[in-house]
Amino acid sequence: MTQIELRGIQKYFGAVQVIKDLNLAIDDNEFIVLLGQSGCGKTTTLRAVAGLETIDEGDILIDGQPVQHIKASDRDIAMVFQSFSLYPHMTVYENIAFPLRATRISRNDVDTSVREIAGVLRITGLLGHKPSALSGGDMQRVAIGRALVRRPKAMLMDEPIGALDAKLREEMRAEIKRLHIKQGSTTIYVTHDQVEAMSLADRIVIMHEGILQQVGTPEEVYSQPANMFVAQFVGSPVMNMAQATVSETGGHASVQVGGRATGFEFPAALANRLSDARAENGKLTLGVRPEGVLISREAREGFMPVEAHIIEPLGSHDIVDLKVGDQLIRARTKSGFVPGPGKAVWARIDPAQAHFFNTATGSSFGIRL
Amino acid sequence: MAAVQTRSERALNRVAIAAVLVITLIFLAPIYWITSTAFKPRNLATTIPPTVLFEPEISPFVKLFTKRSQLREAPTPEEYAAAPWWERMVFDGGEKIVRSGRGEVQLSGYPNRFMNSLIVAITSTVLAVGMGTFTAYGFSRFKVKGEADLLFFILSTRMLPPVVVAIPMFLMYRAVGLNDTHWGLIILYTAFNLSFSVWLMKGFIDEIPKEYEEAALVDGYTRMQAFFKIVIPEAATGIAATAVFCFITAWNEYAFALIMTNRRAQTAPPFIPSQVGSGLPDWTVIAAGTFLFLLPVAIFTFLLRNHLLRGMSFGAIRK
Repeated sequence: MTQIELRGIQKYFGAVQVIKDLNLAIDDNEFIVLLGQSGCGKTTTLRAVAGLETIDEGDILIDGQPVQHIKASDRDIAMVFQSFSLYPHMTVYENIAFPLRATRISRNDVDTSVREIAGVLRITGLLGHKPSALSGGDMQRVAIGRALVRRPKAMLMDEPIGALDAKLREEMRAEIKRLHIKQGSTTIYVTHDQVEAMSLADRIVIMHEGILQQVGTPEEVYSQPANMFVAQFVGSPVMNMAQATVSETGGHASVQVGGRATGFEFPAALANRLSDARAENGKLTLGVRPEGVLISREAREGFMPVEAHIIEPLGSHDIVDLKVGDQLIRARTKSGFVPGPGKAVWARIDPAQAHFFNTATGSSFGIRL
Repeated sequence: MAAVQTRSERALNRVAIAAVLVITLIFLAPIYWITSTAFKPRNLATTIPPTVLFEPEISPFVKLFTKRSQLREAPTPEEYAAAPWWERMVFDGGEKIVRSGRGEVQLSGYPNRFMNSLIVAITSTVLAVGMGTFTAYGFSRFKVKGEADLLFFILSTRMLPPVVVAIPMFLMYRAVGLNDTHWGLIILYTAFNLSFSVWLMKGFIDEIPKEYEEAALVDGYTRMQAFFKIVIPEAATGIAATAVFCFITAWNEYAFALIMTNRRAQTAPPFIPSQVGSGLPDWTVIAAGTFLFLLPVAIFTFLLRNHLLRGMSFGAIRK
């Protein structure tokens, strides 16, 4: 049972503020992923929780107890580093046993624990090896074993699979998920890879320039991004963004993009709410993910003629760049749906998948169907 | 590197090997000379051209360790028969071993000087490497105010020839009574080696990723424990290399040992040439003393050779 709470964390490196008023409550057994670009403060946050970095203001609470003044060795937290940091002069067995040797656990109990965790991680056969003889994936298994073996209050992972190649990354991702389900411990996981974040997290915490942007389940941050940064950071290919003007014509709303006179059709209900938002905030940006752009090969009711510009065939699907006025909008289609570049197709935007942002502040109006 | 060598690469390789062999021979020649002289009968030591083939004997070593005097008259056959084999060797050379009133063999000054050398060199090496490692760790891991200046200051102690300060040092030592003491030389050699040790160890410790210690810190160890359990084993290569250099410097030091010591704490380097002395020197005895003097450094370096050769690339960290 471990809850972690961050209250009003401020952290400076010299004159640069790397964490700005961070507040976050993490539940017992929760798998939290801190997601952001490098330099966004996610690793510093993690190291602050571990006790490897001091904070300038705020409280870090573990199970309600403030720990910001407690040494790392006394916080009972384990950490897995991107570099693995296996002690090269020790065997795999000694590496895993190392945290237990810091405590007053008997030799027999150490042995039992090491062998048990090695069994869970399927590395029993490697216990006698030196780390330098292991593959990247096995090194990381050992690093995870070393972290889990003493059943810490919480598990911190700093890009644990970032150094592995793509195939191994996928494998280890599944392995980490399996372990979390099996062992269950409060986990904070740092990554810049949104696919990793989506696939592992109970909740994702997105950070940008030291500021927390949004906290939510993978589903929430994907379908209800709080601002343009989150919208573009999560999801691949990235969400289309286009400055838009909204008008009301003939019982439905029209959203004009790229300087074209005719706009995409939206239900009238949206138009009223959007005009309110516009009145308050001025400019507006339309955001839509490629799968929210619907394409037809023939003219259809509510679809607008556009020109296919570039087609990227990706096997399972194609990504098609559509020219809408002077704006390019990317759409996701079945493979080979659009016969070739330069062809005319008809497009509309799925109103349920459209997002509207305040161009000036970047935040979402929260107006969705 | 290509697995298959071209013809020109092979030729170049042979030239390189030949060059290495020649250079090695040049460097080994004096060592061969000393070693062979140490085992020669006295009458063959100074022949011209040098004698290469001879029956090796250990009489130079017997003479090295004992106090001897010239025989005025040859020993009686009974005396000769009663003497142990090593004493007969001395008789054969026209000398006799000096015995005390109770008949105990009197030792020469050499074993004592050799022990002094060992005590001074080992203690000062342990101190210089130990203190150097701690200092280097501090400089490497923590923000030290004026770090660059301090490091430069430490290095600056090596920027003038040590003999320049020999006279002031001698006067200081005499004033505080460190003259002709083991600690006097130990302090001197430690101070002399420390700057070198700090700089060398800082380089090695900088190479050890901080993450190792951080991992140990979150694994429940204090920084001191992390230092001894992680940093020291990881820095073993550097510690070995530094220790070899410090040991060699302390072991070979001549000038200060000559000035600062004369009897109690005198080390082997000033003692050996003093035995050349007046009259006809026995070169085989001097060669034996020099030969034995070479051994500790050779053994020490040999024992640490794996550490010296092992590169820093060894490890399990992804960079």
